[in-house]
Amino acid sequence: MSANAGHAAAADVAAAAGGAAGAAGARLLRVQGLRVGYEVVHERARAQLVAVRDVAFEVARGQTLGIVGESGSGKSSIARALLRLVPAQAGQAWFLGQDLLQLRGARLQAMRRHLQLVFQDPLGSLDPRMSIAETVAEPLRVFEPQLPDADRARRVLAMLQAVGLSAAHLQRLPHEFSGGQAQRIGIARALIARPQLLLCDEPLSSLDVSIKSQIGNLLKRLQQELHLSMIFISHDLSAVRFACDRLLVLYLGEVVEQADRDSLFGAPRHPYTRALLQAAPIPDPRRARARRRVPLTGEMPSPLAPPSGCVFRTRCPHALERCARERPALRALGASLVACHRAEELDGAGA
Amino acid sequence: MPDPSAAPEPLLQIRALTVSYPAGAHAGALPAARATARPGARPARAEAHLEVVRGVDLDLAAGEILGIAGESGSGKTQLLLAILGLCGAGARLRGSVRYRGEELLALPAAQLNRTRGARIAMVFQDPATALNPYLTIGRQLTEVLRVHRGVGARAAERRAGAMLEAVHIADAARHLRQYPHELSGGMRQRVTLAMALIAEPQVLLADEPTTSLDVTVQSQILALLRELRERTRVAIVLVTHDMGVIAELADRVAVMYAGTLIEQAPVEALFAGPRHPYSEALQRCVPRLDGPPPQRLASIPGQPPDPAALPPGCAFAPRCAYRLEVCERSAPPLVQAAPRHWKACHYDEPLGRPGPAASAAAAATLAAGEVP
Repeated sequence: MSANAGHAAAADVAAAAGGAAGAAGARLLRVQGLRVGYEVVHERARAQLVAVRDVAFEVARGQTLGIVGESGSGKSSIARALLRLVPAQAGQAWFLGQDLLQLRGARLQAMRRHLQLVFQDPLGSLDPRMSIAETVAEPLRVFEPQLPDADRARRVLAMLQAVGLSAAHLQRLPHEFSGGQAQRIGIARALIARPQLLLCDEPLSSLDVSIKSQIGNLLKRLQQELHLSMIFISHDLSAVRFACDRLLVLYLGEVVEQADRDSLFGAPRHPYTRALLQAAPIPDPRRARARRRVPLTGEMPSPLAPPSGCVFRTRCPHALERCARERPALRALGASLVACHRAEELDGAGA
Repeated sequence: MPDPSAAPEPLLQIRALTVSYPAGAHAGALPAARATARPGARPARAEAHLEVVRGVDLDLAAGEILGIAGESGSGKTQLLLAILGLCGAGARLRGSVRYRGEELLALPAAQLNRTRGARIAMVFQDPATALNPYLTIGRQLTEVLRVHRGVGARAAERRAGAMLEAVHIADAARHLRQYPHELSGGMRQRVTLAMALIAEPQVLLADEPTTSLDVTVQSQILALLRELRERTRVAIVLVTHDMGVIAELADRVAVMYAGTLIEQAPVEALFAGPRHPYSEALQRCVPRLDGPPPQRLASIPGQPPDPAALPPGCAFAPRCAYRLEVCERSAPPLVQAAPRHWKACHYDEPLGRPGPAASAAAAATLAAGEVP
């Protein structure tokens, strides 16, 4: 299949979705005070594990919001709460005029159409006994049951072509595909019912380097051509730098910094953001070995016993006594939001 | 300390190593094998056996860090497992693996066990599954010493505590009594490193040792590996898919593709002037945090070949932007291209952009960039 056919197919899908897309830049999702917790057994007693605490953010139409953090930071819990796969303990998530977190029954089911997910493990997310045609058609059967068979088949083929697959793949089973191809199928399934918001949870992490960039480019192209809004969850800084307009840095369930991409990478303001950027390996031996860096000591504390005050202070090279006493609020500094008592003083100090 | 590269005899010498599996047994286990066969591809040479490592030659000098880079299905992990005789059931090994002149492939199991752990040790990608969940950290550490070094219980415990401190685990006495689940991922990987190094091996085989870790913890473990090499002069074979990790740690790099070694060079030479199109493309694929954000990520079209249906000629040819007609007929041997620099590629002009010698089809490969 030629690249042009893929573009044409994507444009076709975009045109069809056009009516519902609304004005670019307007707010599509607004999350406030989100709290997600799990009841766990810890040392033979019931305990509350707070995975996400007081998180707020917005996603504008046609934009991609990146959520960055290490394992245990709460990034997947945010996605699960928005998809209503786990209950939120507090907060609101305003989406298309309704609070996602309050929806039930038929209204929740109807809303799912507009909020679709691309998974980390592409092969594991496909039913091994369903052909690709059936897999990609399934959301249409659920959300547009009245659609005639011929129209459905036409939409499935157009969608597969938009993700770089062809009619020859329709009747095949998942095991016949490589990881990269399976991820294309996962993307086609997520987009076929024309969702308003696409959540991608580590969509590139399980792929090989050479395939990762193919899928990264595909997601970005579809996002632009379909004017999609996306939430892109990843621990990989270079992936979010490529894919996202705006970023949220999470640590132990809390937002420590929020900024547009260029501010975050150009002038990171939170000591944790700086440490993350410094820790990323540089694929250039001379520069990698020449740079002076102070690696963070220790690891993220257990969410069952979060530190008092600032969540990052146990690993922060700049922590003061105040940081243990007082939890820093997320506040504006330049173009960024940052939760650090010492952000102004450390700013420009090259800390 | 003498220059390791000047050592007269390599610590580890691998020659013409080939690892194959019965076709049915392995087909489902390799990610690349899931790929659909290309029409016109030639069947694997041994009909009933799939070769996952094909004729690899490698030397390892004392105290050096050799990086082995490759994607999944490249054979890099199988190469590592073959050194220790740990390949899966049904594996057939040919060629030679010598440790200080002693042939390991011919050793009976009992003798191989004396080498494993004592002279050559290994750490794995996932520290959670590499540790026994039912045994304390202390028991697992001292076991190595008691089996390989015949050390008494109390002395072994003292040594285990010291070893935990050497991998920067504070409060060693307490951690010796803990079970693996009580430790974080980074701590567990420190423990597996302590276990691997406690019997003072000469060679450490590390299979993606930082892949399962968070980036801030990864940089700690890389710093630790560097420090342990300086202090103990242990030679390290570091297998990884991450060119960033190679750039941070390795002295020398071997790049694998479809079971063969396609380039080998000192790390700076490989990054500054790769001689094989796959190494060059692999580097371009790694997005960097310096410089302006890219509009588009460099990628390699297509996917790695199925070992059951390798293309005729060079295995990388179908994805190669520089391919010549000869590449589709004959597989290029690994030849010396510069001092300490070997490559297996027919294209002899400098890489950068396909020269006039590259075929029109190859240019189209590059332009398409993203064909599935």
